[in-house]
Amino acid sequence: MQVNVTVNGTVFTREVEPRLLLIHFLRDELGLTGSHWGCDTSNCGACVVWLDDVPVKSCTVLTAMADGRRVRTVEDLDRGGQLDPVQQGFAECHGLQCGFCTPGMMMTARWLLDHNPDPSAEQVREAISGQVCRCTGYENIVRSVLWAAKHEGGGT
Amino acid sequence: MTGRTDVPPAGGGAYGPLRRKEDARFVRGKGHFVDDIALPGMLHGAILRSPVAHATIRSVDTAAALAHPKVAAVITGADLAERGLAWMPTISADVQAVLATDKVRFQGQEIAFVMATDRYAARDALELIDVDYEVLPAVADALLAMAPDAPVIRDDLPGKQDNHVFDWAAGDKAAADAAFAAADVVVAQDMLYPRSHPAPLETCGTVACYDPLDGRLTVWSTSQAPHAHRTLYALAAGLPEHKIRIISPDLGGGFGNKVPVYPGYLCAVVGSMITGKPVKWVEDRSENLMSTSFARDYHMHGEIAATRDGKILGLRASVLADHGAFNGTAQPTQYPAGFFHMFTGSYDMQAAHCTVTGVYTNKAPGGVAYSCSFRITEAVYLVERLVDLLARELDLDPAELRLRNLLRPDQFPYTCPTGWTYDSGDYPRALRLAMDIAGYDELRREQAVRRARGEYMGIGLSFFTEGVGAGPKSQMDILGLGLADGADLRVHPTGSVVLAISVQTQGQGHETTFAQIVASELGISVDDVEVVHGDTDRTPFGMGTYGSRSTPVSGAAAAVAARRVRERARIVAAAMLEVAADDLEWADGRWQVRGDPEQGRSFAQIAMAAHSGLELPAGVEGHLDASAVYNPPNLTFPFGAYICVTDVDPGTGEVRVRRFIAVDDCGVRINPMIVEGQVHRGLADGVGMALMQAIVFDAEGNCLGGSFMDYLLPTSMECPSFELGATVTPSPHHPIGAKGVGESATVGSPAAVVNSVMDALAPLGVRHADMPLTPASVWRAIQGRPLRTDLAAS
Repeated sequence: MQVNVTVNGTVFTREVEPRLLLIHFLRDELGLTGSHWGCDTSNCGACVVWLDDVPVKSCTVLTAMADGRRVRTVEDLDRGGQLDPVQQGFAECHGLQCGFCTPGMMMTARWLLDHNPDPSAEQVREAISGQVCRCTGYENIVRSVLWAAKHEGGGT
Repeated sequence: MTGRTDVPPAGGGAYGPLRRKEDARFVRGKGHFVDDIALPGMLHGAILRSPVAHATIRSVDTAAALAHPKVAAVITGADLAERGLAWMPTISADVQAVLATDKVRFQGQEIAFVMATDRYAARDALELIDVDYEVLPAVADALLAMAPDAPVIRDDLPGKQDNHVFDWAAGDKAAADAAFAAADVVVAQDMLYPRSHPAPLETCGTVACYDPLDGRLTVWSTSQAPHAHRTLYALAAGLPEHKIRIISPDLGGGFGNKVPVYPGYLCAVVGSMITGKPVKWVEDRSENLMSTSFARDYHMHGEIAATRDGKILGLRASVLADHGAFNGTAQPTQYPAGFFHMFTGSYDMQAAHCTVTGVYTNKAPGGVAYSCSFRITEAVYLVERLVDLLARELDLDPAELRLRNLLRPDQFPYTCPTGWTYDSGDYPRALRLAMDIAGYDELRREQAVRRARGEYMGIGLSFFTEGVGAGPKSQMDILGLGLADGADLRVHPTGSVVLAISVQTQGQGHETTFAQIVASELGISVDDVEVVHGDTDRTPFGMGTYGSRSTPVSGAAAAVAARRVRERARIVAAAMLEVAADDLEWADGRWQVRGDPEQGRSFAQIAMAAHSGLELPAGVEGHLDASAVYNPPNLTFPFGAYICVTDVDPGTGEVRVRRFIAVDDCGVRINPMIVEGQVHRGLADGVGMALMQAIVFDAEGNCLGGSFMDYLLPTSMECPSFELGATVTPSPHHPIGAKGVGESATVGSPAAVVNSVMDALAPLGVRHADMPLTPASVWRAIQGRPLRTDLAAS
């Protein structure tokens, strides 16, 4: 079937199998390998991207379901080389180790801060509670997101 | 530091909480993982796996799969047998089936390998393979596997008529028995350290590319030990080692899962040789959890002997170790139970003795750790549970009992009853600091108030000593390969340097910390050090990253190589300054004339001169490059004190971890920020292991932990905000005094959680329950009917 998916502001028209998962469309068809696949069961969130401005687990979204819709991935977080405060926060607060869960975590964090610019640590924990990190014990991810909240608006 | 340290971190000029070099790519989504690799013409592999735990294979029919329009080739065990590759050696001197030929011995075992033009088609074709099984009785219970009438799993081994793998013992039995005979108090407990899985977020995978023209094989692989893999491919597949290149790109975690060579890797290699095309194989999550590398699975009986006033006299343990269907456990050859016999832990005692019996079951092979420091995790759990039970028996506070028995600083170097020589430590200081951060006395007062109100609050302690950085070549090897690691340091004319190392980061930040080591030794900026790793064509031989050995072994090699460079620089500086080399001293990051510090040369100036026409003394070749191979004289012995505060709901059995305090002493900290991150990870492991994570089987050998819906990992909701502290006791024999920290918290923390829950439940008369302390497990323990947590409830 043919799909038209707007990914990071660009429309892509592709012929795909109806069963093709969105994560594989992004990674294998478009070469956007920043989003990762980790579990198949919607538990780990390494594959989180935005679908029409809402974080989804792209391992359980069919590409067909994204037809005519907008997808945003980690590759779209920075602006003209300028890192998003969330990206800066993760680097600043050691919010990552192996880096595999990081894109999904950052997409969720960006969404959280767009809707709650001044979250508490508990609210950050709740926002990322559907995602798994095997390296950080979450402590520094929470600090990273709080750092980003504090440094929104251009400055660092 | 976010926590507290009672000693300022020692170390070189570039040590400190430096932000990581590697993060620039990761935060942009530009990490480079195995599954990101796409080569022209690449085929996608998928493995057909056994749905049953034990069966004879009558036939495998691949005709329909081969007829699939997108399938390029199918490999079966029979195909591999023709090449002598149906079986491969494990790292424990056993053999493991690559693709089954005779029987399947665990659910999920590899039977056939399909290669197709896309990953979905490869999966489709698996459905077209017809396997005729004759199902045999399975044994998933380690205790039953030792029974005389148990089905024999390994009938491939000549003459094998039982499921026994090995017997091993350490310590002095007579001395231990004498200590027990003289004791006022003996406390005993059976306890299970259940089977778990490291479950890195990136599963295992590979891309194999064989070039038939020049016979070169390039393998991109999720490997914690690329050099060891190269040698294993050469030994297992008969390929010339100099034609093999292993590239380990960014790894999405490892934790032990990515140490061995798995059947899927070999299938991809053979597949590439057969088809002449690159072949990618990446396991899915169920394959990861069901087939590649379990950890733990130790059924332990422990006994501790003491005087009435709380002096520990001795320790005994007997263990039944479930090794699954093939003995693929990873540890030095000389130690079939790893370093379990470091089980006297952190305590001063006269005598100890342990026995370990290995047994085959119809469960996945592996035993490749999981941040366990070669089974010290199990040992620490055993002794720390026993010490808590002893405290309860003696009606002593568990902190007080520990303080009475911890090794004293003046006892180091200390040789424990089973023969390990601990390098350095100040244990009471670490425990007192943890108690201070926790507000221990106040917590006990709060607990008393809550207990009076009928609330169940627990305070659990653990103290651990690890032995890491394996290890001395005279004492340990893996498959005959000594556990030494090389480092090559190249110095460019402008004074920037490239360090090539043999170990492989899985998130530990080697590109930053190893640059800090070299920068400190040479007085240059960390920005002027590039660290090369994960490519056997570009790096010197070494055994890789596991057992917390990167800093203790490879970090030492890097420091020694840098010091050799510095000595070469001294000769050049002497020529530049027209003085004798002996007249120079290394100060403030440069060579300068003793007593005349104005006369000196920076490293960059020396590097340029070394490449110039400067006349050097006879026999000095110029340039500054140097290399080193570090063969550690001993292990290093990190230690720490952990305190976990829990609240338990007796109605539901739910445990909430309220606080977790951790004081770690890993010697000199190169990058305290990274050290703390590693400790955080291990504490989360402790929460997971103690409360959630277990790979459970049913009586037929079905794996019930085959997805993240069943194998539960801790999330941000189960983990508390960790409170860290540090003491710094340098290792006396390590070039920079570092000890390693990668596994410390995973080793030390589960016991603190379990001790905390048992402390909470003490008023209800609960003495022990096995991990994981799920609500069901806790509730059953409260009812006086503890669950057996390794088998599905019948």
